[in-house]
Amino acid sequence: MDIAGRKLFVKALNEEKVDTIFGYPGGMVTDLFDELYKQDKIKVVLPRHEQGLIFEAEGYAKASGKTGVVLVTSGPGATNIVTGLADAYYDNVPLVCFTGQVSCNLIGNDAFQEVDIVGMARSVTKYSITVKDRQSLGRIIKMAFHIAKTGKPGPVLIDIPKDIQNTIGDPEYPEKVEIRGYKPNNSVHVGQLKKAYKLLKNAKKPLILAGGGVILSGAQAEFKSFIEKMNIPVATTIMAKGVLPTGHPLYIGNGGLHGKYAANLAISECDLLFSIGTRFNDRITGDLSEFAPKAKIVHVDIDTASISRNVVVDVPIVSDAKRALVKLNEWAERMDTEKWKKQIFEWEKNYPLEMKRDKGMTPQIIMEHINSNFDEAIYVTDVGQHQMWATQYLDMSYKDKLITSGGLGSMGFGLPAAIGAKIAMPKKEVVCITGDGGFQMNIQELATAVVQQAPVIICLFNNQYLGMVRQMQQLFYGKRYAATCLRKRVTCPKNCKGPNKDCPPYTPDFVSLAESYGIKGIRVENEDQIDAALEIAKGNRKTPTIIEFIIASDELVLPMARPGKPVSDMILN
Amino acid sequence: MNKIMDRTLKERWISLHVENQVGVLAKVSGLFSGKAYNLQSLTVGTTEDETVSRMTICVKSDDVTFEQIKKQLNRMVEVIKVVDLTDLSIHMKEVMFVKVFELNTIDKQEAFNVARVFSADVVDIGKDSVMMECKLTTHKNNELIALLKKRFNRIEVVRGGAVAIESISTACK
Repeated sequence: MDIAGRKLFVKALNEEKVDTIFGYPGGMVTDLFDELYKQDKIKVVLPRHEQGLIFEAEGYAKASGKTGVVLVTSGPGATNIVTGLADAYYDNVPLVCFTGQVSCNLIGNDAFQEVDIVGMARSVTKYSITVKDRQSLGRIIKMAFHIAKTGKPGPVLIDIPKDIQNTIGDPEYPEKVEIRGYKPNNSVHVGQLKKAYKLLKNAKKPLILAGGGVILSGAQAEFKSFIEKMNIPVATTIMAKGVLPTGHPLYIGNGGLHGKYAANLAISECDLLFSIGTRFNDRITGDLSEFAPKAKIVHVDIDTASISRNVVVDVPIVSDAKRALVKLNEWAERMDTEKWKKQIFEWEKNYPLEMKRDKGMTPQIIMEHINSNFDEAIYVTDVGQHQMWATQYLDMSYKDKLITSGGLGSMGFGLPAAIGAKIAMPKKEVVCITGDGGFQMNIQELATAVVQQAPVIICLFNNQYLGMVRQMQQLFYGKRYAATCLRKRVTCPKNCKGPNKDCPPYTPDFVSLAESYGIKGIRVENEDQIDAALEIAKGNRKTPTIIEFIIASDELVLPMARPGKPVSDMILN
Repeated sequence: MNKIMDRTLKERWISLHVENQVGVLAKVSGLFSGKAYNLQSLTVGTTEDETVSRMTICVKSDDVTFEQIKKQLNRMVEVIKVVDLTDLSIHMKEVMFVKVFELNTIDKQEAFNVARVFSADVVDIGKDSVMMECKLTTHKNNELIALLKKRFNRIEVVRGGAVAIESISTACK
């Protein structure tokens, strides 16, 4: 018996084993919501803003490894998810996003809440399409789930006009789909890999640079086994933080703009850089002409377009990280790298990541208390200084996970992504590390956390500034703090040089704000209050907790590579 | 080791086989504008298989960028095949119409001579003007325009962009 499009929509979600969707209703999706109302298998999470919604879906997908599913209405509902689409596209998060659309006969009429969302989303999705006839609906949804999850994962957008949702048609949802233009790579060129392995084996100063692709392909175990068998030191990008426990004897730390000096020196001094699952983003390379200047470079990546784009490599290998590592493990033999390791760990000893200990409650001290308070957690950050401190100072074991907006760097990501992660993994402790700027960008999602009973622990680093930009102004713009002070009011002098006794109070008062949401807010100003606050937060099993850490405004993220310079040229203090 | 890359800009040709669907042209052209690739010409039409369209694309780029362009095109779900025509034996033509104005009797004779030498057809004529229909290579069309501009006061040009296909000998190899 033929069924309406809206019924096929729900059937498709069931067949794809979707248990949760993030949805915000509106005129052009009311039929789909009505159909979801009639069933119990799929939970619908209602956020407070569509941007928060898609970040929640990202957090859900990153924490669970499943595809995040988004349902929003046409027009503003659709445009509000564009930032999240771009974020998911850059960080390779599998999402299937459904947008409502005005009926086919109205498209192009500038109808109420009509936008060409497919046109807008084209450059920030793996695939996007408007369903133009009811018969293709099943095939398109199947395609979307297939494309989102395979190859290099990413977001897919399906725009469904209202009339298609209600047209009766084929009840079948295809079991599989053939797409002639989409054949994700599922092999590895053994000859190339052997060539790479030989280079590695013959190197005197080998270094492995791991990127987020290793985590995306679920190759942590294979990775650990490979580097341990080979005895090669490892640097990571921030997206790969956690691929090895941070205390692992072969792990140096993150490289790049705010990476460890020892990691960047290792990149600059190595004679073979074996990189896997990274696209050599400018945040990791610095000045390209000086990147790994002494090294032959091997590059394993699933995306052909990532290879030899930014960095010209000696041995390119198109492969999923896991597949390559499985093969490499067949050959792996211990190398003598003691001298080289000694050199690296001497750099590490001479230039450790360390903030001054005599300045009260520094971000490092807060991070240390977070480390000692959680055994097994999903850490979710927003974007800014706190994010860099988290990537620098968080200790991570195999049980921990870090979720962060790496490629797009979207402020406002932290809180909703943490809520999504908590919804996906309710038994895991979810710690949201955020700043006072980014937190306010999606602050309305506190209500979502409350109604979903998602007890995320919000560690809010309040330095009263948009700190990352403020840091650049302090270092490179003659301390001209244009539009970065969040306390600044119209009554303030125009050219203020920083906090002083006449400064107006900060707004909002986050503790009172927490109360208005019916949740606990704790202000922490001294180190001796930190553990007690975290204890209270851990005790809240049904509600989120805000812990506001008051930190100095002039705290910097160091070390820092100078803009446009090689990563080994760093400002250390 | 610092790698020296060939950064000289060259003209290159791609034949792109794509799904014949709404939005594919926008997606392909959006890639070129979004990533600041220097698109010289793009033509599109259906093929013997009505579900497939074929685009002939000319870009001016260096080696590295051109490799990247091909990879980016290959990544698109709607792209079925990317054929690099740059070093292949191909047949390529571009349709062009040229109106030449303000001609006296001697000029008109000259215009006919030019048309004959360039194997262009004179397809329309007015009291003091002629229209040429050319099916030449892009380069030949460029040369013709340059010559006409030099020789005559006023011309009007419309060009179709080039279409290209691998020669049979290449396809059989």
